[in-house]
Amino acid sequence: MHPWVGAGPEDRRHILSELGLKSIDELFASIPAGVCVDGLDLPPARDEDWIRRTLGEMASTNVAMDSMPCFLGAGVYRHVQPSIVDAVLSRAEFFTSYTPYQPEISQGTLQVIFEFQTLISRLTGLDTANASLYDGATAFVEAVLFSHRVLRGKRDVVVVAETIHPMYRRVLDTYAEAAGIEVAVIAPGNDGRLDPDKVHETAGDRACCVAVQSPNFLGIIEDLPQLAAAAHDCGALAVEVVTEAVSFGLLAGGGSFGFDVVCGEAQSFGVAPGFGGPHLGFFACASKHLRQMPGRLAGETVDEDGNRAFCLTMSTREQHIRRAKATSNICTNQGLMALAATVWLEAMGGNGLRDLATSCLARTEELKRRVTAIGNAWRLAYPASPTFNEFLLIGHGSGTELVERLASEGVLAGVPTTDWGGSWPDGLLMAVTERNPATDLDALVSALEKLS
Amino acid sequence: MTIPDGLKYGRSHEWIRTEGDSVVVGITHYAQDQLGEIVYVELPDVGTAVAVGDELGTLESVKAVSEFLAPIAGEVLEVNTRLEDEPNLVNDDSYGDGWLVKLSGSAQGEEFLDAAGYREFLEQESA
Amino acid sequence: MKRRAIRSEPLFFERNSRRVRRQGYLLPALDVPEVKPSEVLPPELVREPDPHFPDVSEMEVVQHFHRLSQLNYAVDEGLYPLGSCTMKYNPRINEETARFPGFASLHPLQPQSQIQGALGLIWELEESLKTITGMPGATLQPAAGAHGELTGILMTRKALEARGEKREVVLVPDSAHGTNPATATFAGYRAQEIPSADDGTVDLGALDRMMDETVAALMLTVPNTLGVFEHQILEIADLVHSRGGFIYMDGANLNSFVGRALPGLMGADAMHINLHKTFSTPHGGGGPGAGPVTVSEALLPHLPVPKVIRGEDGFELQWEDPASIGQMRGFYGNFLILVRALTYIWSLGAEGLRSMSDVAVLYANLIRHRLNGAYHLKFDAPSLHEVVFDDSIQARHEVHNVDIAKRLLDYGFHPPTMSFPLIVHGALMIEPAESVAPDEVEAFCDAMLAIAKEAESDPELVKSAPHDTPVGRVDEVRAARNLVTCWTPEETE
Repeated sequence: MHPWVGAGPEDRRHILSELGLKSIDELFASIPAGVCVDGLDLPPARDEDWIRRTLGEMASTNVAMDSMPCFLGAGVYRHVQPSIVDAVLSRAEFFTSYTPYQPEISQGTLQVIFEFQTLISRLTGLDTANASLYDGATAFVEAVLFSHRVLRGKRDVVVVAETIHPMYRRVLDTYAEAAGIEVAVIAPGNDGRLDPDKVHETAGDRACCVAVQSPNFLGIIEDLPQLAAAAHDCGALAVEVVTEAVSFGLLAGGGSFGFDVVCGEAQSFGVAPGFGGPHLGFFACASKHLRQMPGRLAGETVDEDGNRAFCLTMSTREQHIRRAKATSNICTNQGLMALAATVWLEAMGGNGLRDLATSCLARTEELKRRVTAIGNAWRLAYPASPTFNEFLLIGHGSGTELVERLASEGVLAGVPTTDWGGSWPDGLLMAVTERNPATDLDALVSALEKLS
Repeated sequence: MTIPDGLKYGRSHEWIRTEGDSVVVGITHYAQDQLGEIVYVELPDVGTAVAVGDELGTLESVKAVSEFLAPIAGEVLEVNTRLEDEPNLVNDDSYGDGWLVKLSGSAQGEEFLDAAGYREFLEQESA
Repeated sequence: MKRRAIRSEPLFFERNSRRVRRQGYLLPALDVPEVKPSEVLPPELVREPDPHFPDVSEMEVVQHFHRLSQLNYAVDEGLYPLGSCTMKYNPRINEETARFPGFASLHPLQPQSQIQGALGLIWELEESLKTITGMPGATLQPAAGAHGELTGILMTRKALEARGEKREVVLVPDSAHGTNPATATFAGYRAQEIPSADDGTVDLGALDRMMDETVAALMLTVPNTLGVFEHQILEIADLVHSRGGFIYMDGANLNSFVGRALPGLMGADAMHINLHKTFSTPHGGGGPGAGPVTVSEALLPHLPVPKVIRGEDGFELQWEDPASIGQMRGFYGNFLILVRALTYIWSLGAEGLRSMSDVAVLYANLIRHRLNGAYHLKFDAPSLHEVVFDDSIQARHEVHNVDIAKRLLDYGFHPPTMSFPLIVHGALMIEPAESVAPDEVEAFCDAMLAIAKEAESDPELVKSAPHDTPVGRVDEVRAARNLVTCWTPEETE
């Protein structure tokens, strides 16, 4: 007997007799003996106290981001978590419900998706957005494959900036061969930015897309208008990748500069860092390419009485109908995470989001100023390049060493670039958000001074 | 079931109307009824060369996608661009404004049925 | 009982129409010097304020989402008999453990000394899933079942490459879920359909003809999408293996035999497990899921990176491995979903897991027993945890499965899965899962029987359903023909 199994022993006997059977084993007679097993070699059932204690211990051996001043970024950011986000997420009507295939009893979920799509569309500057994808890395891959499809498979080269998150590029490499595409990587210039001339050189007339990240992996803001123009000159689609979605609070989305796709990671919008997942991929494109867009889509319509209603639409692109010819094989969206982002953004409001982004910018500028003032051992890798809330700091020693030493000074100082090889120095990526008060900056600066 | 005379029919439920040395192709009333309300039609590029049985395009309803195939070999001369904004024409006027594609070539072979032959074919199918 | 009136809820963008500034959240006070964004950032890149992104107060947000939530049916409300979805109870203790700060507020790129508990949890769950499936290897990276499928097929591809082979085809039964052929295509293969025999299982004769050196893998769902076990599974696996192919197992229906059978003994080379099905992680209105994949010895070397390795000094992440297929998504997996699944597995224990499957199968057979006759059962092979009826009896009165589904909404139940598998026209695929009490299952049967009677005596009532839902039957054709996927200001004017 167990609380999560609805029928007790007496219930089972009763049902068995209704079915004219003596034992449940008879219901499994169709399974050949050769594959059968009599039970599992697993521990016995555990009560809630045991669970809380054991999993609590496992959790407490980790060093949570909030336990000391924290400047971690590199694709996962620590932003405010309004209490109402989790309160809404915990509503059973939202988290225990299924994909809204029966629209008449899922208007709550459907309207949320529609609002999410609208928010992403407005932030990215493109007129259509989907109901979300697994995460930023797979959203990037989907954008590349999308570009390949839009150009009817006639161009197999994909041009990507080296300063797209190296992990995203690793994931692209996994998919590229099976998809029949060739990835050409362009290194950044000395200023950490992508040179539009290099785009022309590399893309030529063979590229289906040119993909850039802004702010990029080094925290640097790219020249989006020039890059979009360069991509289009080469007959390729322009793809913008964003890993820090809060940057949309101050920076216009690539759609405003002619990008054909803006995609990336929206974890910053109220989704827990969660050791890397579940996160929230987003994807927006021009509506003329809608049919090639992967993932779920909610649309507005009416019911038989003319009342406004929402439903999933254009399902014919998706795998359950299109099967072998689907645009992707994505089945789920990140429904609950999209809900979190929608609640978070609606709580922030348009002006609130701008204020939040400005707070990040102000704190980052202040930290950059103070770190530069220490001089000596520490310097910014790209002092003249524009950043939003992240930058690369170089010191004496590898990034990995610096992180460990600063941790023993009680600061989670940043993410080392040591193992993320690329055309950039070995140092620490530091992200600053609205959640780093002046005392955090003090703690970091004095730790850096100590290690000078 | 509407099955006009004067047209030829194929066993994949397409109709064919000869116009000089080209043919106009669409799907029959029976076919559109089976598919349900069409929400999107995917048509080939003008100039595409096709062999018999090649996929010419697709017809999408809310819940399903169906291919329509080339009944003859030939080149795509024209496609019904009205269907981009009015895919419902395939349902509402299958034999007229709901035409799909014009191909160069002719439908001479014995594999094509006349109206009576197609009606018989339908009766056999549903038996 | 009547429902109380609930106001229809406008879109967020339709609120605060005068666009008055309100505050939904109080930010931490700015204790550093202010900056002017256009002086620090490239001015041409700075965003123009959006007049149509309103600011509302905190309570407005709360009320907005509360009202929207009331429009949804949910597992907590009642039976959700969706075949192939395993809509079971989402235990609240899972929600607690997933929110421990040591899990939720952990950054994936922290130094390894700071994340030992998290790596340990991944390792524990891998071990548990290996035991449950009887297979020697596992990865928890895939974000969902479909993603797991792709991972499995890519590992197969890599294994063939390692042998110096390049095959082109993946065989998929005609009863398969659409993700299967979509995955095959995505992975660069051609999906070829293999027909079912009369009893709904794979036709061994057809397999014999189709299985040759061009076929990389056979994708199988076990039990299949009709809820029927592939009784010739050992012969099937032997045939495929002997001709150099691999067996991919879609684990969507794992809930039917945990503790009773092992995929490892069935010849599975890779099997994805839907944690959001078998292992109770919440469906969340459409996600997130998680699709770990367990593998045989043959595919073990090709597991994705990074891998969690247990050494003498603790756990570590191994990022490089030339035999690996590479990385499938950002970081290590949907970690907070993994926390929930391990909580579930440890809570149930060996016997609990087995009784979970026992009752899932018992309930499905109870439904089959009660509804058989009133609804048509196309394949009469024994059902495990799901049963597939079709609407052919009701169709005589022009009542179809969609109508039956919509009428069920009026009885306060979520409908079964419809129109899938494709080999059953007008399908009603029913999977009760094991969580609800027997009276809930009986009430569902009562409702289905009542509708069967209505189909005969008053078909119009069924065809015009639903009558008791927040909105009436939704015009999905219009949604597809007139695509509106975002609110725009012109809409409201």
